[in-house]
Amino acid sequence: MSLIATLARLQALDAGRAQPAATVLHRHLGDRPMVLIPLAAAGGGPDAPLAAMFGTDREEPRLLTIPQPLDRDARSAFLAELADALLPFLESAADDVEEVPGKEKDPETGEQRETVRELCRDAPQLIVPGPAAVRFLGMIGRATRFRRTEADPDPGPYPAPPRVPLLGRWLTHYRERAEVPGSSLLLPMTQLLSRHWATGQSALEDEHLGALLAWIDPPEGRTGAEAALHAETARDSWGLLLCPPAGPATDPGFDQRALAPAVARYDAAREVGDARAAAARAAEIAELLESRVLRPTWDAVWRGLDLLRTLPPAAHLPERWESDRWSYTAHRDRIRAGEAPQPIRDDAVGAARRLAQRERDQSRLEIQEALDDPLVMAARRLAGEALVGEVTAVEQAWTTGRAPKPRPLVTVRTSDRPHAEPGTRAYRPRPAEPDEAGNPGRDRAQKAEVVAADHAAGEYTLRLLDGMGRRRDPEPGSVPEPGEQVCFTLFELSVRQSAPLPEPEDTPWTHGGPPVPPAAAPEAVPAAPIPAAIPAPAAEPAEEATTR
Amino acid sequence: MNAAQSDRADHAGQASAASGRTALERRLAALRGDARPRGLDARALAALAANPGCHRRAVLDAAGVDKGEVAGRLGDRPAFGRSPFAISRGLAFERRVVADGGAVLVGLLARELGLPAPDDPPACPDLLAKEGPAVRTARTREVLGAAAANGPGGGGRDGGGWDGGGWTVLLHPMLRLDVAGSPAYLEPDAIILRPDGGWTVAEIKSFPILDGTADPEKVGAAVRQAAVYVLALRELPALPGGSADGADAARAVGAAADDRAMLVCPRDFGNEPTASLVETRRATAVTRRQLDRMTRIEQLLAELPEHAVLDPGAEPERLAASVDAVPAAYSPECLAACELAFHCRAETRSRGEVALLGRGVRGELGALRTVGEVLSATTGAEARTPDAVPPATRPAAGLSAADTSAAPDTSAAAGGPAAEAAALLARAARLRAEALASMPTRRATDAVPDATGPAPAPTGAPSGDLASADAAAAVRASADAPDAAPARAGSAADPVGTDADADAERSCR
Repeated sequence: MSLIATLARLQALDAGRAQPAATVLHRHLGDRPMVLIPLAAAGGGPDAPLAAMFGTDREEPRLLTIPQPLDRDARSAFLAELADALLPFLESAADDVEEVPGKEKDPETGEQRETVRELCRDAPQLIVPGPAAVRFLGMIGRATRFRRTEADPDPGPYPAPPRVPLLGRWLTHYRERAEVPGSSLLLPMTQLLSRHWATGQSALEDEHLGALLAWIDPPEGRTGAEAALHAETARDSWGLLLCPPAGPATDPGFDQRALAPAVARYDAAREVGDARAAAARAAEIAELLESRVLRPTWDAVWRGLDLLRTLPPAAHLPERWESDRWSYTAHRDRIRAGEAPQPIRDDAVGAARRLAQRERDQSRLEIQEALDDPLVMAARRLAGEALVGEVTAVEQAWTTGRAPKPRPLVTVRTSDRPHAEPGTRAYRPRPAEPDEAGNPGRDRAQKAEVVAADHAAGEYTLRLLDGMGRRRDPEPGSVPEPGEQVCFTLFELSVRQSAPLPEPEDTPWTHGGPPVPPAAAPEAVPAAPIPAAIPAPAAEPAEEATTR
Repeated sequence: MNAAQSDRADHAGQASAASGRTALERRLAALRGDARPRGLDARALAALAANPGCHRRAVLDAAGVDKGEVAGRLGDRPAFGRSPFAISRGLAFERRVVADGGAVLVGLLARELGLPAPDDPPACPDLLAKEGPAVRTARTREVLGAAAANGPGGGGRDGGGWDGGGWTVLLHPMLRLDVAGSPAYLEPDAIILRPDGGWTVAEIKSFPILDGTADPEKVGAAVRQAAVYVLALRELPALPGGSADGADAARAVGAAADDRAMLVCPRDFGNEPTASLVETRRATAVTRRQLDRMTRIEQLLAELPEHAVLDPGAEPERLAASVDAVPAAYSPECLAACELAFHCRAETRSRGEVALLGRGVRGELGALRTVGEVLSATTGAEARTPDAVPPATRPAAGLSAADTSAAPDTSAAAGGPAAEAAALLARAARLRAEALASMPTRRATDAVPDATGPAPAPTGAPSGDLASADAAAAVRASADAPDAAPARAGSAADPVGTDADADAERSCR
């Protein structure tokens, strides 16, 4: 944790309520995200679902439960119903597209040519209580996306209901996208809230949604610590937690005291063969799960959404959301093209690309958050990577040569202590101005160079190097005036584009050569008999042994 | 000496350690009061090794007191425990693995080591699993001694109806390890003797190995647990089977204990067992080091007052006073590992210690131990170096806290690094306040929404064109929903009723 973040937590501890850790909302929140609260069955394996509550409207949640999670048929039925409910939502934005012009390399001529690509205008968003729910959705995806259905040529002994593998693919895609820094397709609420508020407890305790909300918005007359303790430990007369854990795992006490007896009653009714009693017991279990576990978490997640919406959205959010929309569109295209589900393991080329992309996304997120939010920039200033101060003097200067270009010297007085020495590169961010059509403008960041640094006095002289137009005199507004507050950063403001990775078929021999497509390998073995071994091995094993 | 005599000798102690041991045991029993003793098991040992500085835990575990009950008596009962479904799955899986007298286990180990699968079922001597710990330990040592005496490839022997040489599986043996003066009885799931004479500890766990990998935290915990068992095997006291050979036999067994333990877990999403060999060398070394460093319990008990009692059945005030007399070392990781975590957390919070936020924070803040110290450092240092000081008279302090080799900083001469840290904190506080001042007028935590909505005042912002430009951008970005936002906030604010119960109910949602 940076020192500023630690200080924020200590201030929260002192004040008795959470302090802001961000002045703007750093993740996109759409108009109608779907809140999905999955519950996992303890003792059923890593992917065993117990129940799910989901919906886009806080007044109308839908509930699905499995009374006996170990029953495979019941699990298949649950997954089928979940697929029928979630897939329409996940595919809802697939058809509303806009055309985006782009450039593409023509494979025959090798030249750049204009193409038009489809980009979905919006993408469905999923909100879950916490990172454990994200992992659980990934598990369900992993367990279902390879299953075969009746429609496949070889269904196997236990075919899955029709749309379940498709649901698995979507869940896997969302789960993998959740690992991309700055993405907003699948958002865990505890991480969202922790990003924007600093509580007076440790990061470990912040994973408890109830405690986190108690710090951010404690009730009247109680400090955050008291309310959080109440959320963590308060139990009712049956000994069940008033504020159940939000994650897929259920409270062991709840399992022991309430769920296990109810499941036992259901099993007994089923064994006896009494269908009506079994249905009644199943309804009891559903009601128990909904009222004691799912509903409080549902309300908590919606409350978190309300709190988050009080923050204004950050300026660079549309750009990052566009990347998410590209990801959604690409997955939609892959499904429509009939491609195979995501493999269990990436091949080397795919992994390298993915890592490079993640690094770029991480660095872009850091830059954009610093530009959008003065609190994040404050952390950078403390670390000596940026300075904000008042311009004390501006001196005009030009390059020598046939066409002199402006290179003015700007002297800034600041109380920050940047690690700036003469010769250090600096950058001046300027918010992009939208053009007449309302499209976001180009990035207008200026490059600069430190010319003189007086650390004791806090005065730094920088020379602006670009962004001032093409003429001899700088464009009006591109050079700061004396008395203006100005910001210079010592970190680059655009993501460094590394050299592109070669196409997979161009992988050099030093890296193993072009990857063999996985579909070819298993078929090759039975199709190509090994001639020497086959002829009459049983008849003359001794000869085989001697000739070998 | 046979098993019974050696046991008595242990119990009575040898030479001068005799009276010391029993005095310690008597003191521990007195502390425990009427409560039944809980032995230290491998999980407790591993947890103890992970947090060796916690004297409170060491004393309570040594006395064999149920920490959960103590916590409950003190009013801070935690939500520990395992779901009955998970327990039954774990038991079912374990039963499946140890069926057929350990044939499945041997098959898995043979496959992992690349050895041929055995044709005959392995020998599985009876280890008297239903008896008490002392008897079980003795029986285990007898079997181990016999195996060491026979060696690999040896012929048959009497007493147990089992001949060494092939594979042998010991199911639920019991080993004893002395931890800082008190005994810990450890129960590995299985120990397997290979034909080449080596021993492998096997741990059966119910978390899955998915696509060849498993949850790293759980694997780490299992490895630490297995390391404790390997350590116990390495450090066996003299085995029966001849007094002169007893120590040699123990050493032979210890030398033959394999560094690699076998983790048996369900594979992927089903119930099929699969195994993986895990390296325990590092964990064993760490555990040995931590156990050596653990202060002898006698020294810790000296900190307790005469009439201290740790019996959960005692009066809560007396119990609380006794528990608090021993210092603890709280960190948030305790919440997952120890039943007393809530109690220690409340204590740490009442003292305002920054360790409440984690070990990393405590390390970062160094000499500043409490919240009060940190916050006064920010304001105190602030007063000494305000922004308005003109450049000429700025103190010639170091460049940043990192640059300690700068010109001698006269202002920091009084405190050295502490003053630098304070100056850094003061700057951090100032920067934070400056950034927050540019925030929209309606704070996120206000229940009553501002009538002007999220639009900040663009004029008069002292903090830079950057902030105001971004604020302006924020206004533009949210310009399309200024009406919706106050309405939503309004609806969120309305249900803040006057009913305290409703507030309490909502506080946890």
